Amino acid sequence: MKKFKKILALSLASAMTVATLAGCGASGETSAPAAEGTESSAETQAAASDDGAEATVSAGDEGKIFNIYCWNEEFKSRITSHYPGYEEVDGTTGKIGDVTVNWHITPNDDNAYQNNLDETLLNQESAAADDKIDLFLIEADYALKYVDTPYTMAVSDLGITEEDVANQYQYTKDIVTSSDGVLKGVSWQGCPGALFYNREAAKEVFGTDDAAEVQKKVADWDTFVQTADELQAAGYKITSTVNDAYRVYSNNVSTPWVVDGKINIDENIKKWVDDSKALVDKGETGTSELWSDDWSKGFYPEGKVFCYFGPAWLINFSMAADQEGSIGNLGGWGITEGPQGFYWGGTWICAATGTDNPSLVKDIMLKMTTDEKIMTDIVVQDDDFVNNKPAMDAMAQDTTYSSKVLGGVNPLSIYCAGADSIDLSNLSAYDQGCNEGFQNAMKNYFDGNATYDEALDIFYKDMAEKYPELTH
Amino acid sequence: MEKIKRKRGKVVSYNKWGYFFLIPFATVYIIFQLVPLVSTFYNSFFENYRSGLMQVGPNFIGLENYKTLFSTPDIWIYVKNTLIMWVMCFIPQIIVSLLLASWFADPQLRVKCAGFFKTVIYMPNLIMASAFAMLFFTLFSDSGPINSILMQIGLLEQPFKFLSNVWGTRTLVAFMNFLMWFGNTTILLMAGMMGIDPALFEAASVDGATSTQTFYKVTLPMLRPILIYVIITSLIGGLQLFDVPQVLTNGTGEPMRSSMTLIMYLNKHLFSKNYGMGGALSVFMFFITGILSLFVYQFSNKKND
Repeated sequence: MKKFKKILALSLASAMTVATLAGCGASGETSAPAAEGTESSAETQAAASDDGAEATVSAGDEGKIFNIYCWNEEFKSRITSHYPGYEEVDGTTGKIGDVTVNWHITPNDDNAYQNNLDETLLNQESAAADDKIDLFLIEADYALKYVDTPYTMAVSDLGITEEDVANQYQYTKDIVTSSDGVLKGVSWQGCPGALFYNREAAKEVFGTDDAAEVQKKVADWDTFVQTADELQAAGYKITSTVNDAYRVYSNNVSTPWVVDGKINIDENIKKWVDDSKALVDKGETGTSELWSDDWSKGFYPEGKVFCYFGPAWLINFSMAADQEGSIGNLGGWGITEGPQGFYWGGTWICAATGTDNPSLVKDIMLKMTTDEKIMTDIVVQDDDFVNNKPAMDAMAQDTTYSSKVLGGVNPLSIYCAGADSIDLSNLSAYDQGCNEGFQNAMKNYFDGNATYDEALDIFYKDMAEKYPELTH
Repeated sequence: MEKIKRKRGKVVSYNKWGYFFLIPFATVYIIFQLVPLVSTFYNSFFENYRSGLMQVGPNFIGLENYKTLFSTPDIWIYVKNTLIMWVMCFIPQIIVSLLLASWFADPQLRVKCAGFFKTVIYMPNLIMASAFAMLFFTLFSDSGPINSILMQIGLLEQPFKFLSNVWGTRTLVAFMNFLMWFGNTTILLMAGMMGIDPALFEAASVDGATSTQTFYKVTLPMLRPILIYVIITSLIGGLQLFDVPQVLTNGTGEPMRSSMTLIMYLNKHLFSKNYGMGGALSVFMFFITGILSLFVYQFSNKKND
């Protein structure tokens, strides 16, 4: 028995030691491939180290490892099915010619993607050539955070000219243009939004579900708020939550969130607060968060919600169109421009300064975002709205293309009109934090827990924590 | 003379094994506790944060971070929030736990399936706090099941917005923590009660004490060391309350930051990697925890003497 106890104690102790050391083992492993990489491309390193300024190096001299940082599988699946010569090796690697493509996918949750990208970019200069980021993806909400730094390359330095991107929608270029006017990224998709209304509700309340008639009811914000009263009388909420319309207001501001280090509340944002408060007080909309269960109730007729604001991907993929009994499933949504143009979502491709594969970056950018044939393929195969004006205008005229969710109309002309009207000259690097913080803080005002000034105070506190250098 | 020396040598050589066995603990403690503790103090004297990709500092600014921290009453509001939620959770927790523990530990009651019940009441502690908070978030959402039930049985006409109400949110947080921790406390108290000499209970019953008298005059006084331990650990745990309100309110501490705890506030500073303010806040918490623990310890020990 004593012996058994001894053995037991010994084995437990050793198990503990192994567990403690396991952490060290794992980190050791991850550094191994990096070391391998450095060996295999020792000859390319010399060439790569000084090509930051003059980026046009012939493909033969370039690195054999291509690092892409992104947060989901979307871009990877686009590259896999549309980039000529890309071969998939396994879940996180691929090959283009003799170059190995490494996908570094970090999910967006809890800011993890940006945290990871920040750390890697800050170490970019000292990293070995094959560990350097070559290409990374960003979203509009925080685009300027990266675009306004020297860590992102100007696309002109890669050899991409203005004519190359002439067919792209202006707003997609505004988002990734730095404060001093340099274009630093490109996108293959456009995400202009529209207003989707419940046809049944429109018939019941306005007597018609004709898009032109409905548009008259929502032509501007004042009419929109008045229409809400009409809908209320019939038992409909105009929107599911105040946050539905936020994006539409915030895309149409005339001043940026931060001016000379001072937080600035734009008139249109203030208008969102006033309009929303009026709607909430009359019970004409709710205060739940986007993507919550309360928000998505209106995807079904019983939810009694008149309209949602969103781009094509929202109605195609996120509004329960594949669920029996949902409005989308019955083809019960109509589409119209709504009070103001806006966009929601989209992914931009940026080149990281210090990349050792500039010509491959250039080629990916050109093929994926300017090649009309590839882009038309993306529309047909993946139902994306691509960033190419002539291609989309042609599709909009096509009578054979129609959307089942929208009751068989071709919605592209409305999206195209929306994409043309978006003006994003008033972005700031703080937009993501400001937009989130402002909506959260204002919920207190809408719910009646605070006055406008008290809620604004909460917003300023939040900003002081997120961006200590700002004042108000 | 020589004999004695040799003997002493032997004693010393035994002692050294004691120190030898302490090395793993000491190493782990120094690397993972002491060094971070000292560096927290060090960091709190610097301006050191990141805005976007722009790194500011570290610049030595003395006590500037502490000045900023105490320049507004906010920090005290968060202390108050934290303590309110702790008290709301701890009072029912200690009452229920004492009751359950005394039932389970009482040999006269002979509770059947005690092992089963002990497991069941401990169960909630095994669920991840974040999963538990998500569950409650769904249950108590504006059009969630709880509201539907309350409306169907006619208690409410309009859905009650639990998470838009100050006390609604605080009660939910406290209730969740209560559910998660009362099993743990019960088992600790039970262990304490089992350790009391049965002769005392027998003597009490021979003297004709009622069970209430036995509980107050015998069980509670004998249980004091365990009770102090439970209070102190629960207080420290309560001050570090984070996961449940963080997930339940999506990190905002809404409504009006009334469920924002100290650690959630600390977490807010980490968005901008603000090590200076984070350090200052941590140092403040270190002292608050220390003082409160000392206070509880002194207070409960005095009566003993």
